[in-house]
Amino acid sequence: MKKKLLPFPAVAAAAALDVLIPDSELQPAADRPYYLYFLGILAVVFALFFLVSLWNTAADEKLREKAPLYAGAVLLTAAIDLVTSKYALLPVLFFPGMDRVFGVFASDWRLLLECIAASGKLLLIGFGIGAGLGFLTGILIGFSKKASYWISPLMKVVGPIPPTSWSPLVLSLLATTYQAAVFMVALAVWFPITLMTSSGIQNVSNSYFEVASTLGAGRFTRIFKVGVPAAMPSIFLGVFYAACSSFVTLVTAELLGADAGLGWYLNWQKSMMLYANVYAGLILIAGICTVVITLIFRLKDRILVWQKGVIKW
Amino acid sequence: MVEEKSGRSGEIRIEHVSKRFENPDGGSVTALNDVSLTVEAGSFVSLIGPSGCGKTTLLRAIAGLHPADEGVVLLDGKPVGAAGADRGYVFQQANLFPWLNIRNNVAFGLKARGVYRQEQQEVDRFLELVGLKDFAKSYPHQLSGGMCQRAALARALVGHPKVLLLDEPLGALDAFTRMNMQDVILELWRTYRMTMIMVTHDVDEAIYLSDRVVVMSARPARVEKTVEIELSRPRDRGQEDFLRYRKKILEQLHFAGNSREPDYYL
Repeated sequence: MKKKLLPFPAVAAAAALDVLIPDSELQPAADRPYYLYFLGILAVVFALFFLVSLWNTAADEKLREKAPLYAGAVLLTAAIDLVTSKYALLPVLFFPGMDRVFGVFASDWRLLLECIAASGKLLLIGFGIGAGLGFLTGILIGFSKKASYWISPLMKVVGPIPPTSWSPLVLSLLATTYQAAVFMVALAVWFPITLMTSSGIQNVSNSYFEVASTLGAGRFTRIFKVGVPAAMPSIFLGVFYAACSSFVTLVTAELLGADAGLGWYLNWQKSMMLYANVYAGLILIAGICTVVITLIFRLKDRILVWQKGVIKW
Repeated sequence: MVEEKSGRSGEIRIEHVSKRFENPDGGSVTALNDVSLTVEAGSFVSLIGPSGCGKTTLLRAIAGLHPADEGVVLLDGKPVGAAGADRGYVFQQANLFPWLNIRNNVAFGLKARGVYRQEQQEVDRFLELVGLKDFAKSYPHQLSGGMCQRAALARALVGHPKVLLLDEPLGALDAFTRMNMQDVILELWRTYRMTMIMVTHDVDEAIYLSDRVVVMSARPARVEKTVEIELSRPRDRGQEDFLRYRKKILEQLHFAGNSREPDYYL
């Protein structure tokens, strides 16, 4: 019980430090104490979490386990507050106070939402194309010796090239920079999914295919009802790698002449020396990546229930 | 559906079948050499012989998993092609699909052949027959080895194959589970009267189940001798006649000593 309450004294301590110690004069002032607002939101979230945990056992276990971590995270923001706003121990140009960083969300939220939408669209299109093609080539390589002979060497040579290093080529070959960005994201997704799909299928025990054929299964059933589900754990690993490399590629691709998106936002704010906005953008990207990865894991747990006790990830 | 397959179809004729395997070092091993054997429709035949003598190779040739190099396998007078649903196969390992629950494992063949909609009640019937009705929703990793093998039996039988090929299906089970499973198999055979051909190392199992025990020689495999088991069922493993058959077969396998209790696990 006591352990579960740990985040509250942490929030209180952080707020007290922020209120009691005056800001350094070197640090440009923010129009409002956004860091305090942030702490207030955290306090409300923790309080709701705590209330739910009183009757929900899953939430109770989670809070019991994570409460010290949450408290630690709050204290870390307090430490950053001291280093930046309070004593300005680091160059204030590159290390703005948190009031200003959180203030960006209040002032720029409309633009940030547009950037999220633009990046999300690019990510979805690129991921969709790359994953679809990767799945197809993976199945082709996994099931056809001929395809494996001709395509896998190509994949092994082309795959490891960082997708963004194609930029000089694709920027001049494709009509728009947007197409170029889609191409690079798709390429970043295509390689890990092809690799993990084909190797997953090639590692499926032959006895499953033999069982299927003695049950009268044709080629289509053997591929899509035996090979693909058996390779699913490996395919999911590919999706996970693909998601990670698509984020990297997305942000870099948007630096190359896009006119919207989170990568573009970072680059634009950096060029105007607005580092508070850069930090806000980074926080946003971190949050979105975490959400996407968590969703992938949830989906994996749902689809691979049969795996429990068979293979651990 | 309820109309049972009569024992008329399901005759297997193996005619002069030979099979060689290439070794990685360039040589080759003759697994089967001119094997001929006829299994009457609806009968239960066991193949017994020393380890690695090619019994499994013969069974796989019948199934169409490994076509013979020479000779021909006929099912009801027609050469068997690639593996198909008319010849069910139960492997030593249950090899259930781990991503499907037990019911969907059993239903796999029906779905693969597009007849699931018409015959889905067969799935429930066979689950009941092998005693897994309450485990339909379980996944294979939640079941014991014996239960998995029962599910594998149901999966192979649900499409009513003319012939069921059993490749040491009980070899990985403990002695009690095995005897229990022998009765399950016998019951299924009695109900559906399909042809069953079983590879086994266990002389008692062969006598307990079969109409005929085919003793095979070591590699390359040939049919050494065929022993008709003329005992009424259910058979008593301790009965005098049973033991006489056992001695006869063990002698054929060169394992019967004069006085000592034979060790027949090969």
